[in-house]
Order: sequence, then structure tokens, then C-alpha cells
Amino acid sequence: MTLDEILASLFPNGRKLETTDTTIAGQAILPDGRPIHVLGVIKGQPLGVDEAITLAGRVIEIVKSGDRAPILILVDSASQRMSKRDELLGLSEYLSHLAKALLLAEAEGHRTIGLLYGGSAAGAFIATALAAATLVALPGAQPAVMDLPSMARVTKLSIDVLKAKAEATPVFAPGLDNMVLSGGIHVVWDETAPLAPQLAAVLQRPRGQDERSRLGAERGGRRKAAEIADRVIALAAAAHGRAQHG
Amino acid sequence: MEKLSFRLAAPRSAGGTRAQAIVGVVASGNLEVLLERSLPPDICTIDIATAAHGFGMVWDAVVRDFAARRSAGGLRISINDGGARPDTVALRLAQGVRKIEEPER
Amino acid sequence: MSQVAANTVSLSWYEASARQRIDALVDAGSFSEFIGPELREISPHLSIFDLPEQFDDGIVVGRGRLDGTPVLIAAQEGRFMGGAFGEVHGAKLTGLLRAAHALKEDVLILFDTGGVRLQEANAGELAIAEIMRAVIEARRAGINVVGLIGGRAGCYGGGSLIAGTCSRLIISEQGRLSVSGPEVIETNRGIEEFDSRDRALVWRTMGGKHRYLIGAADVFVDDEALAFRRAAIDALKMHGRCDVAVLEAEQARLARRLQRFGEAEDAVEIWQTLGIGSPTDLPALPTGAFLRAANDRETADDAR
Repeated sequence: MTLDEILASLFPNGRKLETTDTTIAGQAILPDGRPIHVLGVIKGQPLGVDEAITLAGRVIEIVKSGDRAPILILVDSASQRMSKRDELLGLSEYLSHLAKALLLAEAEGHRTIGLLYGGSAAGAFIATALAAATLVALPGAQPAVMDLPSMARVTKLSIDVLKAKAEATPVFAPGLDNMVLSGGIHVVWDETAPLAPQLAAVLQRPRGQDERSRLGAERGGRRKAAEIADRVIALAAAAHGRAQHG
Repeated sequence: MEKLSFRLAAPRSAGGTRAQAIVGVVASGNLEVLLERSLPPDICTIDIATAAHGFGMVWDAVVRDFAARRSAGGLRISINDGGARPDTVALRLAQGVRKIEEPER
Repeated sequence: MSQVAANTVSLSWYEASARQRIDALVDAGSFSEFIGPELREISPHLSIFDLPEQFDDGIVVGRGRLDGTPVLIAAQEGRFMGGAFGEVHGAKLTGLLRAAHALKEDVLILFDTGGVRLQEANAGELAIAEIMRAVIEARRAGINVVGLIGGRAGCYGGGSLIAGTCSRLIISEQGRLSVSGPEVIETNRGIEEFDSRDRALVWRTMGGKHRYLIGAADVFVDDEALAFRRAAIDALKMHGRCDVAVLEAEQARLARRLQRFGEAEDAVEIWQTLGIGSPTDLPALPTGAFLRAANDRETADDAR
């Protein structure tokens, strides 16, 4: 689906959005008449310091408005911008700042939904889609940490060997199915059906805890993470208790 | 990875009272050695997982020399090896035995 | 308090292992580890690649005391798989941060990482996202989450994004903080953009001095475990928040950085703009002289 098709299917009741070469921002109307904020990185572009600060600024303005309306984050990006300038200026802070702004918005009462409809990778993926409370995707989305050719270079394994290993485990290879199995993506929408009701269904979900590692365990793509984290919590509580009463 | 296991008679039992000790890290040319005091005092076992294949004879010589000369009785020793040279292995084993002997704080 | 005793032996933070750093950082004998190496919670994924495993999966987590105050601690081992985040490695830190929130205890993260472990990239990437969320949830409950950066592997990739969520960052000259590593930039953009073998370029673009000067780190310390300990003790006395006002201040701070330095071609130009007398001498300055020269640096002032 093209971005225009997606927006038309999501917001038949109207939308007012501005796009640049790399970002989108504005507001739309939900089927029940309530407003929703829309932000995003689009057109498969990398996320650098300039884009990150612009988007974070929008999120902070939304939080300050106090309207508590949901925020939809559209994502079709490359990875973080890999340049001397971005790193010289401290890209890690800008990407973190954007992620923090989204986490803050959620904590201040905004539903945050990421919609991955194209590519995304590495730092750009973490700072946008993965910082949303709920991440959904459209078929054809291509999340990645690193593409297989680069991975082959770093791991010193051939692409054929990597592809063969990828058949055996969802844990490392790029792709939507693997990210779903690992629990990173809540649900993949049906692109043959209108998207507005599917968005409404996500907005109906109760607010809750980070459930990604539990999903990963249930789906078999990430069997250890939830259990290990829970064990650490229990051990820390026991150590705390001993110190209090010991 | 190649796995090797040794069960050795140990003439001297490990000193100190610590239940366990760990030394080293798994990296190229380096290894980690985990020592646990969990066996009869005249026995030492050594289980090795190594990235360097085909060095069973060298390991055999190093661990037998270690068990004969150091106080290793009672220790279950587990090694993850990133391809360390025999002298590095011997050094880590000796460090491990010294560490498990250290007084508990 | 006489029972508070740290190791007083000189120890290079850069050279030390994760376990040595913890031993030197906390009050002597106060550390207890959670899911220690004897439980052999190794990565379930490295064997697919026939790679060696480490019993703690390259991270030590537990609880200790710092100048008498209980604190939760995580230390990455940069020499094992470059300190990279895999499934187990990441989950140990996620659990520790969630525990910090539940128990109202501060956290120290001793970063030493190249980022996500590619052999378990999806699990590692999600771990980063879970950790960042857990840091912010803890910070919003008033918990200090302090990052210490000065290890061999630096603090790269997803690790650098986690660092960006911390309430305070302590860095040494050896500590490098950056998303993309030098080789990654060179591979993607060419050697004209970034020559990864030019060590001086790497240090002045990503190293601790530059990060301190632009306000990306709060405290600059010597490459000494005791210096990190003192700085960590001070950092835990802060009472940070993480609300709209803080993020608005960070927005202003980061926007100002782009305005002031956005056209700079090299770190030396940025240092010149900061009013540093002989900026080309800066990399060679010892800590005392460097801190004096850095008097007019950009500061974060809790805007993070």
C-alpha cells in the first residue's frame, strides 16, 4: 500500500497532514469523531539529528497541549543517518530524545501506536516504532537490525549460510515474520480490509505493561527474555527484603 | 565448538571455603574458568568447550599437569575457551584456584 | 562510616573486566550477583553460529552498596562478543531496571558495548527498546539511572540510545559514545566521509572529551576505577525527574547545539566555537588542564 492509500483507508473522515521529504505531521479524525495526531518518518529516509529534533518537538508540543489524544507514528525509514556530522553532533542523544518524548507522551495519557508500513532499521527503528506503546505493521513491512549482506560482512559468514541459518531461527534475520515472532510487533493488519476499524481496535486495548517479551515467549521467537527478566526481579526483591529485615 | 571432559585424581584438595570462583573472559585467545566446590576432595573434573578444534592432546597435558601440581581436589571446573594458548590456560587455571582459596568477605 | 571501604588499588577502567569494575566500584564485599555464572544462563543462540558462550552472557547484574547506599548494578563485558546485547544479556538488564522501579533503588549501568549482537539481532534490538522503556518508567518514579562509560568497546549502537535515557552520564577520555561505529560510517559512506583507521579522528568525534564538551556527558573522570566511584557516589545524590519540563529543556538544549555547531566540519571547529584557546591541543591535555579548558562547555544541567 502507498502512504496515500494507507492514509485514505485509516482516516476516511478527514485529515490535515503536511509532508516533507522525510517526515509527516498533522492531525486526523477518528471514526468516532475524536482527533488523532499523526507523525512519522517516511519515504525510506534515514533518521538523523535534524529529523529527530523536529519530530520530538512535535511530540512535546502535543503533550503540552494536554489533549491526551492518541498519536500514530508512521514509519517507513532507512536506518539512523550514518554520517560524520550526525555523530559529531551527538546523534545518540537526538534519537534517545525522540524515543523519550514518545514514552513521555504515553505516560502523560496519550495512546501511542506505531504503524510500520515500509522499512526501518537499527537506531531509527528503536527511536520511532519501538518507542510506541503498541506497534502494528502492514504486510510488506521490512523491519531489520541490519541487512543480510552487511551482516554477512560482520559475521564473516556467506549470505547463503546466513539464509540457511535463518530458516532454523527467527532470532537474527531481518523481516516482518521474525519481528512478529520475537514479540516486537503486536499484530499485522489485513490490508484488504479498511484500516480505520483495525486502528480503532488497537485503541480499544487496555493500557498496560510492556508485553513484548511475553509475546515473544508465546510465539516462540524469544523464549528466554521474559523468564530471565522476571527471575532478576524476584532475586532483586529477595535481596532487598534481606537487607530490610536482615 | 569441541567439547572435552576430564575426570582426574587430585592429590591435594582446594583450599579456602568459597563455593565458587570465576576468572577470565571468553574472547579470541582468552578463556573463562568457572570453579565450583562440589565434588569429593580427591577428585577434579574439567569440562571444556573450545572454539579451537583438534587440540585434545594439548588439553590433556595441560589439565593433567594442573591437577597434579595445584590444589584442585573437590573442584568441578568448567571452561569456555575462545582459542587460548596452553600457557594462558595454565595461568587462568592457577588464578582460579587462587581465587577460590581467597578468604570470604 | 568505617565499614565503607572500597578497593584503593589503582585500576584502569578501560583495561578492567566487568567483574573487576564492579569490585572496585562498590563498597568492599557488598556485591551479590543475580543469575551468576554458576547457573549457566548462556545465550541459546550462539551455538547456531558455532560461537563460544560465556556463562554470564557478557553482563553481570546484582546489588551492592555505594558509600553505604544500596544500589543495583549492571556491568557489560566488552571483551565478550564486543559487549553486545543478546536475548539473555539484554533481559538481565531489563529485569534489573524493572526491579529498580518496583523497589525504589537507584541503578548504575557500566556500559561496554558495540550495540546489538548480530547473531541474535532481533532479540537484541527488542531488548534495547524494552530497556529504554524500563529506564524511563524507573526515572519517572524518581529513580536515578546513572551510566558509566569508559570501557574497551565504548558505548555504541543501541547502547548509546540507552545511555541517552540515563539521568546522568559519567565518561572518561577513553569512553566513546556514538550510534554508528567508525567502520559502519566508512562502509556506508566511504573513506572520504570517515576514515575509521584515523584514530585521532575517532577519538575527537566520539570520545569522552568531545562528548563532555558538547554536554552529551555530565561528568568527566580519569580512567580510574576510584574516579568513577567518586563520580557515581555524587551522581546518586541527585534527584532527577523525567517530565515534560525536562524534555522541553532537552529539546531546547539539543536545538541550540544544532544551531551553534550544526555547520561544523570537525570537532576542532566546535571546540573553537566554545571559546577554547588552542583547540588542537585539547586531545593531549591531562584531566585537570582539560577541565579548566572546558569551563565554557555546553552543559546538560539535568535537561536529559
